[in-house]
Amino acid sequence: MTKQPILEAEHLCIDYRLGNQWVNAIRDVSLTIGAGEIHGLVGESGSGKSTLALALMRYLAPNARVSQGDIRLDGVSLLSKSRPEMERIWGRDLCLVPQDPLAALNPAYTVGEQIAEVTRQHQGLSKSEAWSGAVAMLEKVRISDAKAVAQKYPHQLSGGMQQRVVIAMALNTRPRLLILDEPTTALDVTTQAVILDLFRELLHEHQAAALYVSHDLGVIREMCQRMTVLYCGEVMASAPVAGVYQRPIHPYTIGLLASIPRVEIGASNTRLPTIPGTAPSLAQRGQGCVFAPRCPVALDRCYTEKPELETIIHERMVKCHRWGEIDARTLPVDYKDFLAESKEPFFNAKRQSGTEAKQDVPEETPEYVLKAQRVSKTFGGRSLLKRLLMQPDSRVQAVKDVSVNVRRYSTLGLVGESGSGKTTLARCIVGLETADEGRMTLLDAALPPALTDRPAALKREIQMVFQNPSDTLNPYQTIGQMLRRTLERLGAASSPGNVEKRIAELLAAVRLSDDYVNRFPNELSGGEKQRVALARAFAASPALVVADEPTSALDVSVQAVILNLLKDLRAREGASYLFISHDLRAVSYLADWLIVMYQGQIMEEGTTEHVYSIPSHPYTEALISAIPSTDPLEQNKHIRLIAEPNQSTERSGCPFAGRCPRQIGRICEDEAPPWREAGDDHRIRCHIPLDELKKLQSNGTPVQAALDKVVPA
Amino acid sequence: MTPTTPPIAEYHSRPLRSGIVGVVRRLASRPLALIGSLLVLMFLMLAISGPMIAPYSFNEINREALRQPPGPGFPFGTDSLGRDVFSRVLWGAREIIVVPGVATAVAVVLGTLLGLLLGYVGGWLDDLVSRLLDTLLSIPAMLLALVMLGAIGPSSIGIILVVALLYIPIVARVVRSATLGLRTAGFIEAAKLRGESTWYILLREILPSVLPALTVEAALRFSYAIFLTASLGFLGLGVQPPSPDWGRMVNEARDSYVRAPWALWYPAGAIALLVISVNLMAEGLRIALRREGQQ
Repeated sequence: MTKQPILEAEHLCIDYRLGNQWVNAIRDVSLTIGAGEIHGLVGESGSGKSTLALALMRYLAPNARVSQGDIRLDGVSLLSKSRPEMERIWGRDLCLVPQDPLAALNPAYTVGEQIAEVTRQHQGLSKSEAWSGAVAMLEKVRISDAKAVAQKYPHQLSGGMQQRVVIAMALNTRPRLLILDEPTTALDVTTQAVILDLFRELLHEHQAAALYVSHDLGVIREMCQRMTVLYCGEVMASAPVAGVYQRPIHPYTIGLLASIPRVEIGASNTRLPTIPGTAPSLAQRGQGCVFAPRCPVALDRCYTEKPELETIIHERMVKCHRWGEIDARTLPVDYKDFLAESKEPFFNAKRQSGTEAKQDVPEETPEYVLKAQRVSKTFGGRSLLKRLLMQPDSRVQAVKDVSVNVRRYSTLGLVGESGSGKTTLARCIVGLETADEGRMTLLDAALPPALTDRPAALKREIQMVFQNPSDTLNPYQTIGQMLRRTLERLGAASSPGNVEKRIAELLAAVRLSDDYVNRFPNELSGGEKQRVALARAFAASPALVVADEPTSALDVSVQAVILNLLKDLRAREGASYLFISHDLRAVSYLADWLIVMYQGQIMEEGTTEHVYSIPSHPYTEALISAIPSTDPLEQNKHIRLIAEPNQSTERSGCPFAGRCPRQIGRICEDEAPPWREAGDDHRIRCHIPLDELKKLQSNGTPVQAALDKVVPA
Repeated sequence: MTPTTPPIAEYHSRPLRSGIVGVVRRLASRPLALIGSLLVLMFLMLAISGPMIAPYSFNEINREALRQPPGPGFPFGTDSLGRDVFSRVLWGAREIIVVPGVATAVAVVLGTLLGLLLGYVGGWLDDLVSRLLDTLLSIPAMLLALVMLGAIGPSSIGIILVVALLYIPIVARVVRSATLGLRTAGFIEAAKLRGESTWYILLREILPSVLPALTVEAALRFSYAIFLTASLGFLGLGVQPPSPDWGRMVNEARDSYVRAPWALWYPAGAIALLVISVNLMAEGLRIALRREGQQ
């Protein structure tokens, strides 16, 4: 690179004021980003990556300061600029695309006005010039009806569209540097894939520099040329992306990459390797290597002496005492599942002393835990008031005539984009929503749709793990109180002694020590909260546990811990799972049987292996190809779903028609597709015959051709 | 191969345990909140001990000392009937704290139950009752109070009933909106799945989370209730003579304001000081409890 870099950060240190002292958050970070380069910044929550990203824009919290180092944009130091000067630079030369597009958009103005405002402010354009510029910008981010969209308010747009608007806003002034702070984390994989393509293309075209902050290593691999791995505010490694994924050298990077479930491995009996322990708080960092306490190959020296960030080969830097041995392959860095090594007593509790035997459940267990036949659920409906005011019918049929069966001791995976009805279906099964139609049986006993109609014995057999760790536990109850109450209510233990014994068992099963009994949820990390939630769900040894995206709010390394625990608990407690996720990698790790849902209907079902291999439904194919892979050998397929899902209820044809890249003609729009049997109960619902589907999917070319046929919704 | 690894440093952020001590400490750390709370405390003590420390009875008339300015014998002076203003203010403190206090307590308890129920159950019940409450709120409070007190006759009980009725909708709305945000929280749904009754969920699962907002609202309502009670007293609908009522004292002193302005200053000042200090305390509580929530 002979060109002058756009952004240079040199030995940057950032401190936070906590109480009366300054705590060092970012330690000695140097970064250089050139024109047209996308630099990845990877780190788990709490690693300081957002602090660093914002600090590079010189945008610091009131209690933060840059204590050392310099930030230069096009060779000019930002630290010497006054606040009014910075205000001219922000939004013109330095732009931010945040994780939540709604945070960047003002709900009171149309999106066109907001995009136009940037150029009016910074380039002094007239109102009409700025407006036409805004419309052109919206076209550039591939919004098909840009003029109409420009006049809409943010809440009238879908998440993907909102994010495009924010990108349009950020690129409108042709900035020098873009900071992308997890811009696709909140989006569906399919939408993410489209947005990532757009970023790549536009950034290349504008020759802007970009810093891409993400915890998703797959996204980083697809997007970036170079990457920096941040841990505890320090750079662990910085290198060209290709090399890192082919041969990671730093033990932390190795651990992160290893803990990602892979689609190819499937639901075999493997366990995900995990990084032991949790990241220390900033104030607790020792004098040695910050990663040493969690490193499988740490030496005594690592605890006392801080390693230098060394350049090992061309542009590749690593901060580790032992990189030489790792690089020479004389020192293997193996992560096992650290929880599995723990010596704590496990409870193989089901029907043993301590827990009450369940008399009401026959010992010879049926083949299916749950059978749900032809379940339907519609939301909305017209209230009397709405009918009087002649307001339109706002009904949405979230689940349409869906049948699922969960086999004993197995996991049924339910995948689909948001709005596919997967969560509604699960909530109908646990009883949090009441299904309008359908017949359900649990362990061969009829399961009434309304929770209030279900006898206690049945309630006990279905429990749920929720998505959001921050509200899954009552902040005003200790872990002990909440487990005790759950055990008492579900009648899982008769005497107080048994209750305490069972609580200890449960905590041990989720690998938490006894003293958690007296802790409040605010003393726990997100992963620990989710572990407690698992303990609560398993308290009364239910037959079926419904897990609704239990890992989607967690970091990769924490996600691995939870997935392993789910696997353990299933084996030892003899439970079955209904596992819902939009993350196909996580699902593939647990599920034996997969159901792919789209707009409330099942598109494909079969064993995980079958669903992941061809032939598969065009929708499944698109979902799988949208996953950003971390496998260096894998060539990414490029199937992109451009149009937005069509939500209207009165459609006779295939729900996927209109978005389907393999659509064959009018028949898809007009006629409901037939179920096609692919053997072993693997079923695909598509108009295209399986042989043809298989042919189409085994060579990649026709997909691009089919893309042109896509009709915008 | 691997050398002995020291045990992993246990990392747990250990914030302050939630508790009254913490809240009081944080309340005391802000000067205005501290002053407000101390003044409220002082008024409470006066309400209890006022009659004991008052030099005269509230209706004792000193014929030889009409309209005396504040001075050695009469710290706040005397009114046009020769009654000691200081003693009357002290005697009146109990009334002005107990009546709004009881009214606020009634409004908070009933409003909370109603708000929890509306927010949690929702549906047509919420639609119907919320509109009713809105209707009640759209009528000017003073007007409604005058009409109702006119109908049932002025008395302490009457004021308590009226003030409570006026404030139930306000408290219910605050609690309802706080409850709405929790309705779909994981811990609430987990409680449903283990078969808890609606009342258990309302009182044991939701109420603790609503309590910070509720405490602040209760303190604010209390200050408004003091004001409303004093206003009703001023209009002659409060506690009947001769028992001292700060609002009525202000009204009575109006006629002789030119010759004995102190007879108006002191009760009016007492009302203002009490309302301001309760407000300062409420604001302090809001901040102290918010910090609690943020941890």
